[in-house]
Amino acid sequence: MKLASAFGRHPVTRRIGEAIVTLVGVSILTFVLLRVVPGNQVTASYGIAAGELSPAQVHSLEAYYGLDKPLVVQYFDWLGGVLTGHLGVSTTSHLSVLSMTRQALPNTIELALLGILVGLLLGVPGGLLAASRPGRLRDSSTQMVSLVALSIPSFLLATAVASWLANNLGWYPNGKGFRTLFDDPGLNLQQMLLPAVVLGVSVAPPVLQTTRAAILAIRAEDFVRTARAKGVSGRRLEVRHILRNALIPVVTMSGLQLGFLLGGALVVEQIFAIPGIGRQVLLGLNQKEYAVVQSTVLVIAAMFVLINLLTDLVYRVVDPRVRVR
Amino acid sequence: MKKVDRSARRAITASVAAVAAAASLAACGSSNNSAPAGGAGAALVVGITADPTQMVPWTSTSVQSQEVLSQIYTTLLSTDADGTPTAGIADMPQVSKDGKTYTFTLKQGLKFADGSTLDSADVKYTFGKIMDPASKASSASYFASVASIDAPDPQTVVVHMKQPDASFPAGLTYPNTGIVPSGATADTLATKPDGAGPYQFESRVPNESITLKRNDSYYAGKPGAAKLEFRIIPDEQSIVAALKTGSVQVAEFDNPVTAKTATSANVKSTPVNSLWYHVLQLRATSPVLSNVNARLAIQCAISRQDVVSSAALGAGTPTGPITSPQYRSDPNAQPCPNQDLAKAKAYLAKAGEPNGFTLNLMTSQGLYSSAVDEAQNIQAQLAKVGIKVNVQSLDSNTYVQKWLAGDFDAAIAANSGSADPNTMYARYFTSTGSFNKVAGYKSPILDKLFAQGIATTDVAQRATIYQQISAQLVDNAAWVWLYTPKKFLVANTAVKGLEARTDADLSMLWKASLS
Repeated sequence: MKLASAFGRHPVTRRIGEAIVTLVGVSILTFVLLRVVPGNQVTASYGIAAGELSPAQVHSLEAYYGLDKPLVVQYFDWLGGVLTGHLGVSTTSHLSVLSMTRQALPNTIELALLGILVGLLLGVPGGLLAASRPGRLRDSSTQMVSLVALSIPSFLLATAVASWLANNLGWYPNGKGFRTLFDDPGLNLQQMLLPAVVLGVSVAPPVLQTTRAAILAIRAEDFVRTARAKGVSGRRLEVRHILRNALIPVVTMSGLQLGFLLGGALVVEQIFAIPGIGRQVLLGLNQKEYAVVQSTVLVIAAMFVLINLLTDLVYRVVDPRVRVR
Repeated sequence: MKKVDRSARRAITASVAAVAAAASLAACGSSNNSAPAGGAGAALVVGITADPTQMVPWTSTSVQSQEVLSQIYTTLLSTDADGTPTAGIADMPQVSKDGKTYTFTLKQGLKFADGSTLDSADVKYTFGKIMDPASKASSASYFASVASIDAPDPQTVVVHMKQPDASFPAGLTYPNTGIVPSGATADTLATKPDGAGPYQFESRVPNESITLKRNDSYYAGKPGAAKLEFRIIPDEQSIVAALKTGSVQVAEFDNPVTAKTATSANVKSTPVNSLWYHVLQLRATSPVLSNVNARLAIQCAISRQDVVSSAALGAGTPTGPITSPQYRSDPNAQPCPNQDLAKAKAYLAKAGEPNGFTLNLMTSQGLYSSAVDEAQNIQAQLAKVGIKVNVQSLDSNTYVQKWLAGDFDAAIAANSGSADPNTMYARYFTSTGSFNKVAGYKSPILDKLFAQGIATTDVAQRATIYQQISAQLVDNAAWVWLYTPKKFLVANTAVKGLEARTDADLSMLWKASLS
């Protein structure tokens, strides 16, 4: 972290410095990993027909895709573009990565937020239920359900739910072609419902566990006993004093989950045909569109780093104890 | 405590109710749309799993691209339901006695969708573009024997060949030889496709959909739907759900189980034949397989029917090398038409390996759904005669790379077939073929037979030659041919006039309409 210390002693500038170092690291790692995997854009787009191209044709294709330059030059060409706001162009769709991302990112953010919302709607009440009688049937059965929810692979749940609804209710809005929230809010929300529920089911268990643990911990705190001794009624005590404090770790946990969902809702996006950022990376990988993958991964990493940075900064404001460190 | 119980319970009830309400609201909102709306203005929707990324006919390779491009462009010749060439925008060619001049006569009054006239100059321009190495056309190999092309009058195209090539007309039926207007380039076509097919390009959202509209000047008749949409839904089960709810009307599947789950009172599945073949590719040039008896031992130890029943879930039939309808190989004309372990062991002894040997077999899950199952089935079958198979399951890019380099002993592959057997195998089994290194087998007899096969256009004469080629291939166990798959064309019953063609080819989709 020598480099990071160059950004100064002040914790805020140091955190920003670390964030930049992280992003550079991510960009180099993505660049190298993409090229270690066999195959390139010529074989990806021609398939076995690449075997019928003459060496001269292969060479001119490589020049077209920018694969003939030394790796270091390729990296800095790309990085220079990113720093000047050019994330590259997809050679198959003839669209800039910037415009692709501008279309895909809002869908992913919407999906991630709805997923978190469903997770909270399921997880927080579940945690309350479990914490209401710790160690008893209600607690153990709630935890059992949460363990099952955590263990179900999302692709399985997604496929099962979609098939069941289509077969029994004749309802499957995701087959109609994707509409954004601005095009057609009604259809968009229908299309987001199933994927959000599937994501929510995987977000809920950690939320549930965190809620339960936090409530139990806070219920044992001195200030709760003091409040009760002062005569605060049961309802008011549970909501104002216990639940409100217990939600702090839950919010932190949700922020972390949001970060993961922004980059990792790939399976759900794929199954429910949501044109989001995860699918953009996958398609880029399949077609060996290096610029698409590199730039999109960088965008995802930047969001993740930014969310973390903001969380840290907000913490410094709300919790004076952090500032002391 | 009790109060918390109640509030907790209330919270749960509230959230469940909210989700349920949202679900039922949503369900109400869409219930009236669940059956496809008929009428003249309705769009026919075809579900596909991947974006047709290539929009320039001559560089297209992916199945999805060719499905879409075959709606936008017409080819010079068409095919019948089996894939055999028939008249298209041109009549079947007049071939000169020496087989070196093909004369095509174009139909009268042909027009591109943009209203301009399609004549022989456009055909000459398109074929010239394909033959130009700078275009890097995936269809260039079909024109390997062509010396020059003339357009003496607007209705006539004359193709002069370097040597006779009876397989030439078959190439003119593929979507990657679709006719483009004179002057069109890869750059203009990529963003603004312009052809004379039944539908014309309207709009496209990458990775979501491509929408086409009816081309009223289509030469063969009025296309059945005012609009045709190819909707990209990456997951097959998701396409099934969309078919059941009527938001997608046509799709095709390879997997029989997927096709079966899609069928209901309103959705019918039709199995169709395929020209494709699944094969155990052996490389006779690799040391472990250089002895013909070792290869024959493998052929005899494998039950093709077993591969079909277990790995392919019954969706296929055992095949010999050639799947072209007019020249089809007799699947039983080979040293071991059925599994024969005693004979396999005898061949192993003759090869000097009585206790078997070790074989590396590469496959890839990314190729098609049953590729790894086939490899494992063969592994189990060959173990019975002492041949130990190491299955290497690779990422599809790695597989293609190793395949192209000929860097393997044996591979599971699904290769495309053709109505012409020369198109199927000359590139693999002639010593100058572009994939001979991959195929790993050649012989002077095969070179001679392949040359004879394209020297005449007489079908009966050619059939006997390809029968000999087929015999050469199986008697020497160049590869072990497994089966030709069934595909499934799945459609809503509201779709009328949809032709179930070989390989679920959608070139006659224009005849289909929504009732």
